[in-house]
Amino acid sequence: MVPTNYYLILSAVIFGLGVVAFIFKRNVITIFMSIELMLNAVNLAFVAFSQARHQSDGQVFVLFVIVVAAAEAAVGLGIIILTARNRQSLNVERVDLLKL
Amino acid sequence: MLLLDHLWIIPLLPLLGSAINGLLGSKWPNKAVNSVALGTTGLSFLFAVEAVREFLSLPQDKLPFPPQHYFDWIVAGNFRAGFDLQIDQLTVVMLLVVTGVGFLIHIYSTGYMAHEGGYYRFFSYMNLFMFFMLILVMAANYALLFVGWEGVGLCSYLLIGFYFLKKSASDAGNKAFIVNRIGDFGFMLGMFLLFRTFGTLDFVTVFQKAAPMQPDALGHLGVLTVACLLLFMGATGKSAQLPLYVWLPDAMEGPTPVSALIHAATMVTAGVYVVARSHVLFTHAPTAMLVVAIVGCATAIFAASIGLVQTDIKKVLAYSTVSQLGYMFLACGVGAFSAGIFHLMTHAFFKALLFLAAGSVIHAMGGEQDMRHMGGLSKKIKWTYMTMLTATLAITGAPLFAGFFSKDAILLASFQSENGGATTGHALYAVGLFAALLTSFYMFRLIFLTFFGKQKYDEHHVHVHESPWSMLGPLVILAVLSIFGGWFALPSFWGGPDYFSNFLAPVFGGGESAAAEAATHALELPLAGVAVLTALIGFVIAFWLYISRPGKADALAKSMSGAYNTLLNKYYVDELYAATVVKPLMWISTNVLWKFIDVGGIDGTVNGIATSAKSIGDTVRHAQSGNTRSYAVWVVIGALVVIAVIFFWPAAGLVSGMVR
Repeated sequence: MVPTNYYLILSAVIFGLGVVAFIFKRNVITIFMSIELMLNAVNLAFVAFSQARHQSDGQVFVLFVIVVAAAEAAVGLGIIILTARNRQSLNVERVDLLKL
Repeated sequence: MLLLDHLWIIPLLPLLGSAINGLLGSKWPNKAVNSVALGTTGLSFLFAVEAVREFLSLPQDKLPFPPQHYFDWIVAGNFRAGFDLQIDQLTVVMLLVVTGVGFLIHIYSTGYMAHEGGYYRFFSYMNLFMFFMLILVMAANYALLFVGWEGVGLCSYLLIGFYFLKKSASDAGNKAFIVNRIGDFGFMLGMFLLFRTFGTLDFVTVFQKAAPMQPDALGHLGVLTVACLLLFMGATGKSAQLPLYVWLPDAMEGPTPVSALIHAATMVTAGVYVVARSHVLFTHAPTAMLVVAIVGCATAIFAASIGLVQTDIKKVLAYSTVSQLGYMFLACGVGAFSAGIFHLMTHAFFKALLFLAAGSVIHAMGGEQDMRHMGGLSKKIKWTYMTMLTATLAITGAPLFAGFFSKDAILLASFQSENGGATTGHALYAVGLFAALLTSFYMFRLIFLTFFGKQKYDEHHVHVHESPWSMLGPLVILAVLSIFGGWFALPSFWGGPDYFSNFLAPVFGGGESAAAEAATHALELPLAGVAVLTALIGFVIAFWLYISRPGKADALAKSMSGAYNTLLNKYYVDELYAATVVKPLMWISTNVLWKFIDVGGIDGTVNGIATSAKSIGDTVRHAQSGNTRSYAVWVVIGALVVIAVIFFWPAAGLVSGMVR
């Protein structure tokens, strides 16, 4: 059986990649995908713990996360399409009206 | 027993009148305001008379009549002050003087104020004054007395500043109020000390506990002496004694009926009343008694000397009032409390009359107050002249007039005073006698300047006319009282009883009257003769200077210009106070309290908080750049910090507990 640590390390690596991508990428779609990456890294950690401790709580949480992610994807993609239409661009740097 | 059970009605009626006139009277015609103001004070007077009748017909075993408790006013810890009213012989005298003279002056005011603005306001204040004054004289504990004490001060302030558009009037109101604060400070400290010593402020209990105490030795500052001196400090403020008398002459800015009621007949005598009411404490404090006598005597001569040269008719009367109040304190200070109260009563009659008559003169002259612009009025305003002459005879102590008996009683008592040695008593008597001479001089000077001599006003500008009967009526009644008001003491001249001091004996105890009863009769006639002779000298000097040799007075003033100017400028006391008290206070207030503490400290703190909040916000707002990725960086940094705390700072209780 694969030790739990391996799963956790993989999860951390994927999460770290998601964070780095989120910070350094400019394309909104890519940023969005990196968010999905982080969510799924967390899902991986959840199921790993669930298996290690023989409890099903973690798996229930994963289902919740998937549902939330789906909803977020629906709303987020809608926003992205609208911004893309208004600004003719997917560059996140140009979406900066929310400041003082 | 109807009214003795409901004493509260007597003070409440004027309060009701004040409330009705004050709240609703602004749109009413003068007649309606009159009927409310006169109705309530008149009823109050009738009820007071009825209460006095019931009190006097009480059987001997019901005396002294216990204080009536209506409700608890302050209850805190072991301190208790109730709304308690009492009636005893001293209160009876004060009650009749306040309601009686007050009612007469209200009648007079309806004539005097008829053409003035703020008619309803005037009567509302006057009625309010009556309410507080009645509370003052009927209160059965020091706390409630202090309510009346402060209340009359408030009304005095409101009425001095009645013509509040006039700067000098509103300044005079402020001066009266502020100077009285100094005295009230002492009065309150005195009350605190009494409460600390006796555990209560009720008159009955305090006096019961104080009576068996050992009197303080002369020159020794025991608790009772200090308490009495503090109470007397309050009295010097309210009753315009040295060194706090300066507000009373300025108070003449108010309408003349106010000067008559508040600043001559009633309020200013409150200090005398308090000293007389606390006589049990004072007789246990010979030092305080001596201070009272000396201050009273000094004030009497001091104010009388200023009165010699004043030219404003009301100012002369104001200084005369200060001087006569000094006489009352002199009486209290030598232990002749009933003589002091006697003079208080007769003074209320003749001084109210003097002021009202002066008001009638001013009314006739169309507002002129300077006696140098009057002259020769005796034929034109006969009634005013006659009544004013009566009052002058009364105040100067002409035989058989009211002031003769009361002043004589005071001088006799001070002559016999043994407190501080017989020499002290004789000195007090001599100074008092000299003040009587000055009194006689300045009063006849006033009469001669105003009513005799050449006419010194322009007939075309001033239409001299006698006042209406609403004003003359009270004058006549007060004139009658000024003649007969002193006759209670008449039989004592041929060895009979002095009805007035016998009447007050249950309050002041037999001690004072019995002390020198035997020696009194032998001395009474010679001393009275000396007093009359002194007054006669004053009259002759005034006659010589102002009637037989007109112009002589001015020449005399020129030849003694130093003394004359000192008197004319009231010994420069106002200037002295301005330099020593007012200026330094103003400087401290402006430069320290205002510019340093207020602007620098308080404003600085408030503004500093606002400025720092603003600058912090200015700095921090740059963090909100609108750039999504920079927000992400902050989120990551935040998450890292939280993780770091969880792992490397185990003391952060809950968080680390969750991990383990």
